[in-house]
Amino acid sequence: MRKFQTGNHAVAEAVRLCRTQMVAAYPITPQTPIYERLSEWEATGELGGVMMRTESEHSAMAACLAASLAGVRTFTATSSQGLALMHEMLHFASGCRAPVVMVNVNRTLAGPWAFWSDQTDSLAQRDTGWIQIYCENNQEALDSVIQAFRIAEKVLLPCMVVIEGHFISHFMEPVEVPEQGLVDRFLPPVDIPRRFDPDKPGYAVPTVTQKQFMEYRRLGQEAMEYALEVVEEVDREFVEVFGRGYGLIEAEGIDGADLVLVTTATVTSTARVALARLREKGYRIGLLKIRVFRPFPARVLRDVLDRVSRIAVIERNISLGREGIFCSELKAALINSPFPHQVQGYVAGIGGSNVDPELIERVVMDALERKEATDGPIWMAEGE
Amino acid sequence: MEAQEIMRPEEVMRSGHSACPGCGVAMGMRMVLRALGRPAVVVVVPSCSAVISGPFPYATLDVPMFHSAFEIAAPTAAGISRALEIQGRGDIPVLAFAGDGGTFDIGLQSLSGAADRNENFIYVCLDNEAYMNTGIQVSSATPRFAWTGTSPRGNTRRKKQIMEIMAAHRIPYAATASIGFPEDLAAKVQKAREIRGTRFIHLLSPCPTGWKTAEHLSPRVARAAVETNVFPLYEILDGIHYTLNYQSRGLPVETYLGLQGRFKHLGAEELRAIQHETDRAWEELRRRSEKQTC
Repeated sequence: MRKFQTGNHAVAEAVRLCRTQMVAAYPITPQTPIYERLSEWEATGELGGVMMRTESEHSAMAACLAASLAGVRTFTATSSQGLALMHEMLHFASGCRAPVVMVNVNRTLAGPWAFWSDQTDSLAQRDTGWIQIYCENNQEALDSVIQAFRIAEKVLLPCMVVIEGHFISHFMEPVEVPEQGLVDRFLPPVDIPRRFDPDKPGYAVPTVTQKQFMEYRRLGQEAMEYALEVVEEVDREFVEVFGRGYGLIEAEGIDGADLVLVTTATVTSTARVALARLREKGYRIGLLKIRVFRPFPARVLRDVLDRVSRIAVIERNISLGREGIFCSELKAALINSPFPHQVQGYVAGIGGSNVDPELIERVVMDALERKEATDGPIWMAEGE
Repeated sequence: MEAQEIMRPEEVMRSGHSACPGCGVAMGMRMVLRALGRPAVVVVVPSCSAVISGPFPYATLDVPMFHSAFEIAAPTAAGISRALEIQGRGDIPVLAFAGDGGTFDIGLQSLSGAADRNENFIYVCLDNEAYMNTGIQVSSATPRFAWTGTSPRGNTRRKKQIMEIMAAHRIPYAATASIGFPEDLAAKVQKAREIRGTRFIHLLSPCPTGWKTAEHLSPRVARAAVETNVFPLYEILDGIHYTLNYQSRGLPVETYLGLQGRFKHLGAEELRAIQHETDRAWEELRRRSEKQTC
């Protein structure tokens, strides 16, 4: 059924359709409508699962991962400071191999205070061992949540689906809400290890030796590498069932391009408009959207960008003292390529500031004219 | 309640734990688990109870157990409890062990949240009155004037009234208990097991290392705390119905304090202040429990 709805409500639809058994959450802008919609459905019996209204995001994640270890399908949603508060428990969820699914609605981190979209909150959780998927629009948000449960429960790693505050969370778009039967076909009833089986006493997360700890981390790394395959496999099956798919990355117009623009999330949609205009003017510009950030699809990116000499990365985040985080990651992925790439990073849309097609055109022009790339980022803002 | 069940002989905690000799926390855990019996699921957080539970692969508790982060014993137990309920196994008790630091201080917010929602678990605070697992640092459960590594001239604050805080949540069951009174402790654990909702047991667990007492004296020190009314044994039902469980001998506080090195610097004035506060609190408790019975 096609519904005109916000990204937050699309996420709630997905959580309901996935027959999520337990949701633990705490309100924070701009995530709150997810929490409210799920509460409404719990009250009317449409959710099917239970809501735990915790006193903090830290507790929400503690409860989700504990319930997940008991073998229950769990979900939470948060943003910004809430995600930062959860940070400690994110390590526990991945270390315990608890397949919790979370939606993070990107929002700036204080100080100073602001409420708009900025990817720094989720990217700051880069090293917590969570799978991270960045969505471009409301449909992808809904679909990615459904995929996330399949991926997480197969790999036994937690999965974070990231949507941008306001641009996705609060903007309304037509969204295809699948039939329950289709989702049931794609996502079977939960079947994950029960770590608290009273008949088989076991000890989760004991103190270990240095060597044992290293082995845990090695297994976590292997799981992440395996997750790359699983994300692709799950996406292929998703296409079979629902007729839509997203992949690890999405590439268009790469062959013979003079420049490839690398984007993430909602900036991608704007870039599609800008690049179409530029192509009409005769410019050969490719577009590459990175959807999955962890595990980082390094090999896939290297294959796609094989003979591309000029690359511009535009993104809504910054690691102070370095540059945009996707740019750094991409550079690291390309360093072992025999082909020389010139990668220039641009930060735009920081703090939720607008990224319009004109800004993206300026980024492309700047990158085309540049003889060599600078190490730091180039700051771009609307109307400058 | 059947008397023989209180004295249940079957051990859930195995021997070979790595606590200090004479550890009150280890004794407390053993008594609680024996009274609770199997099946059960146990949550521990960073504390001496996590050390006692054993490093991998030497698990000492013969029940499924999860060692989670410091400040979240309550929501972790709640998450497991909800999951078991969803799976139709809600009759299996979920028990959280946390120390005084994890309960009175860093874990208070999450404990309060869980108690407010009346989450279904038994929470046992193993109170040894300081951060003993990290050495001996002051917590808000440390008694006034007590020496610790971070209160070298004696603690200036009074012990936080955790029972009153928990009672204010109107949880169905809260009780104090002592390793010096094993039958009372067992009866309370078994009573708590039969109740649904948030159940809180404040268990005084002497620490020979931190209290500077002889290793063999832990039960005697714990008894002295009760006999001097420093740590009375009582229950609070639904946050309002107080019941005194033991009429103490009302010995002077020196009987208890004198057994411990952490109070050895106390002068007559401090002893008088402790005696005065102990008498006042005991009268208040007696008044509350009498009011409930008449």
